[in-house]
Amino acid sequence: MWAVALLVFREVLEAALIVSVVAAATRGVHRRGWFVGGGIALGVSGAVLVALSAGLLASAFSGVGQELFNATVLLAAVLMIGWHVLWMASHGRELARQMQALGSAVQSGASSLTLLLVVVAIAVLREGSEIVLFLYGMRAGGADHLWAGLAIGVIAGSALGLALYAGLLRIPMRHFFGFTNGMLSLLAAGLASSAARYLIQANLLPAWSPQLWDSSWLLDNGSLLGQTAHILVGYDARPSGMQLTVYASTLLALWLGARLVTRAAQPPRRQASSPESESAAQPRSELMQQAQPGRTS
Amino acid sequence: MKRSLPFVLAALLPTSALAADAPTYTLVLKNHRYQPSTLHIPAHSRIKLELINQDPSPEEFESNDFPAEKIVMPNSRMSLFIGPLKPGRYNFYGDFHQPTAQGTLVVE
Repeated sequence: MWAVALLVFREVLEAALIVSVVAAATRGVHRRGWFVGGGIALGVSGAVLVALSAGLLASAFSGVGQELFNATVLLAAVLMIGWHVLWMASHGRELARQMQALGSAVQSGASSLTLLLVVVAIAVLREGSEIVLFLYGMRAGGADHLWAGLAIGVIAGSALGLALYAGLLRIPMRHFFGFTNGMLSLLAAGLASSAARYLIQANLLPAWSPQLWDSSWLLDNGSLLGQTAHILVGYDARPSGMQLTVYASTLLALWLGARLVTRAAQPPRRQASSPESESAAQPRSELMQQAQPGRTS
Repeated sequence: MKRSLPFVLAALLPTSALAADAPTYTLVLKNHRYQPSTLHIPAHSRIKLELINQDPSPEEFESNDFPAEKIVMPNSRMSLFIGPLKPGRYNFYGDFHQPTAQGTLVVE
């Protein structure tokens, strides 16, 4: 039972960490609970589908179907997280100001919420399909207390994810979206580096000096902390040159993109007399007035 | 990612030729154990590892010491590329049957 619980726990934890960061990053957005929940549900169904077609996937593209699938799905997640990071770079400050003023959920939905639903679904799908295959094998082998192990693993993994989420919510609102945007950027860079690892394994990408360094004496890939760091910031004890290149260029692209977007978003706000900014400011002050009586009564 | 995509695509082309040069080493998975459990491979060269799963359940070949993560379905085979690695001992395992599916890669 404990072997089952441990494996399920590790897989659930990986997905839960990603879901937590996404859930925190969409804090205050209207109906985001539905999107996060929908993403998880979609991911679970996808996991069963992927597990069912694992044989097909394994033999596809002359044996590198698995690597291509993983790399594609990971890169799709990177693009979607990247889009959200850039969107937040231009809207984050506004969102934080509104939430500070209202002390409650913002009514306007984030345009990138659907993209993040897909990111959640992808995270759940990848880890979930491994759990399904594992349980299938365990069942065939006649293991005891399969469902108890599954339940313990899911609960323990989700609990750690929730703990991370609760911790993130304690960050002051002023720094909140800056922080979650940073976390999302590191997450995206780590996922891109994982995608590169799959492509190297399939011999579709060169490794470019396979072990740049070895920090496994400090933090091993197999340890719980190492695994957590791997998901959250893309930590690898023995990264290849290619992985580091992909990691760094993803971070750089996001950083430069965010700077460009922020700069483009700023000029109209400064000119208070322009009609555009006035019309944008109007609904906000109305919202604030509406909110005040609600809070005092 | 968009920025690095042309580089990635450009890098793809010359490496396809590498695949044919890599020597193949074979591991058999039976009763959730690797046979042989110690595999000797040359240092500083890229190898192709073929894994034949004779068990009726899926397994995931994985390592924390070198990049490798691939599922092998019941009664089937898969292959992946490893290295080039520096001399040393590298452990690998089967993620789905960790108590028994353990092995070592001796790079020399």
